[in-house]
Amino acid sequence: MTIHAQQRFDSLIEADERIEPDDWMPEEYRQTLVRQIAQHAHSEIIGMQPEGAWISRAPSLHRKAILIAKVQDEAGHGLYLYGAAESLGTTRAELLDRLHTRRQKYSSIFNYPTPTWADVGAIGWLVDGAAIANQVPLCRCSFGPYGRAMVRICKEESFHQRQGFQILLRLTEGTAEQKQMAQEALNRWWWPSVMMFGPPDSESVHNARNMAWGIKRFTNDELRQGFVDMTVPQAELLGLTIPDPELRWNDERGHYDFGEPDWEEFARMVRGEGDLPEQRLRVRREAHENGAWVREAAAAYAARQRQAA
Amino acid sequence: MNTVADPLLAHVLRHGDRALVLSQRLGQWITHAPELEEDMALANISLDLLGQARHLYTYAGELEGQGHDEDHFAYWRTSTEFLNPLLVEQPNGDFAHTMIRQVLHDHAALLYWQSMTTSRDQTLAALAVRARNETEFHLRHCRGWVVRLGDGTDESHRRAQAGLDALWPYAEELITAPADDAALRSDGLIGDDIADAWRADVAATMAEATLTLPVGVTAQSGGWTGHHSEHLEGLLQELQEVASAFPGAKW
Ligand SMILES: [Fe+2]
Ligand SMILES: [Fe+2]
Repeated sequence: MTIHAQQRFDSLIEADERIEPDDWMPEEYRQTLVRQIAQHAHSEIIGMQPEGAWISRAPSLHRKAILIAKVQDEAGHGLYLYGAAESLGTTRAELLDRLHTRRQKYSSIFNYPTPTWADVGAIGWLVDGAAIANQVPLCRCSFGPYGRAMVRICKEESFHQRQGFQILLRLTEGTAEQKQMAQEALNRWWWPSVMMFGPPDSESVHNARNMAWGIKRFTNDELRQGFVDMTVPQAELLGLTIPDPELRWNDERGHYDFGEPDWEEFARMVRGEGDLPEQRLRVRREAHENGAWVREAAAAYAARQRQAA
Repeated sequence: MNTVADPLLAHVLRHGDRALVLSQRLGQWITHAPELEEDMALANISLDLLGQARHLYTYAGELEGQGHDEDHFAYWRTSTEFLNPLLVEQPNGDFAHTMIRQVLHDHAALLYWQSMTTSRDQTLAALAVRARNETEFHLRHCRGWVVRLGDGTDESHRRAQAGLDALWPYAEELITAPADDAALRSDGLIGDDIADAWRADVAATMAEATLTLPVGVTAQSGGWTGHHSEHLEGLLQELQEVASAFPGAKW
């Protein structure tokens, strides 16, 4: 590293401009981004599982088509993000290996079960909704390829969020049984979604450094507040009750007050305890291992074609 | 067993069922594919087939004239009322098996939709243009895989050949038109026979893939008239599980 390179990096960050893959960057900045982008990519592809499992059972052809397209979008998100991580010098194969061997994590939101069709709606509305709240600021991330991937991804996430809301809307307009299904899904997904923004600022270790680097633009608690403020009126439109007795509008703050999530449970989910995390990783690993002979065949065929050319 | 009296309605249902059942099979691959690009490609083909099925079912509802929408035909019929060919209900097997099934199907589907672009039936002719273009893309993708697998490694060749051996008995049915198609053909509602062209196309693909077409195999049929293998029952149970638990519900 030359002093000049560090100065150039600092001034780009200072001026809120983009760092590109070929630019010099501090090793810690690079590692932080690889970890964050990879974890994000892993979340996109693990997140395909709970909803993918409902493609075969979607209760109308219209909903089935929307769900297939959604899960396909999530695979695309995984691809852009692995591409952004690869531009920092770590291959997709290596990152997948870190996921499969539990050396890297995915969002623990996908370790919750999806027992009914209404859960598909709740995931779209709340989980994609929380993802948008998290990711819109990332469109301005200081690392160029990540920011640009986020622009494209956020557009699609907002479709997903609306489609999830539509699923629940149809249920709340339906029979008493359908409405109850929607309420129960909200009960299951509310707190996990609130916790998607990570631990409270008082306990979040990297907040300050990542803010200075332009990787993070708002703190966990600021993002969480934004999500709650955005979602409460939507729940009212649905006629569903958010399972938080402390939830109320605070005129002074101009925000909703809300209760404290169960951070013990959050910690358990992040540690990946239980059968479901095991199952998610098993499905991933099996897909990868069962596909090995296919990838080998494609490589062998391509190599022979190159030789013949 | 086929109890649909109107030959055009039966024809439209046959192809709607063919597309829906194959779409459902391909949908089962999503999150299990050999690589992410293939999760996307299989989802894409599944989605296109589903779109074709939805158009055909909507048209079937119009032809039938009893106020049935697309979901009626997918969710509220039993396996003996489904008129898809047997090939598309066969289980996925491994990736080679799925690609062989798809390439046998897509060669037939491409010729079928091409022939339907000149149908006197405006609705079917319009759908045929779009479906032909979609199928061209599906065929290119799956044919590419069949060639790479057949001519890839020893293992991939062995698996592709095993897939072809297992599925070949169901292939001929794709191009064997049911009896009531004859009247539709003479009326110009459906296109020319595709059997010879299909045989030539499949032979060329398998030759390039260094795969051997089985000989002396007893062809299986009955799907076009509602006589199915046990695999369809399970597939439909899953497809209809939620909808059938809530009769009359809107989604
Ligand atoms: Fe996504
Ligand atoms: Fe999404």
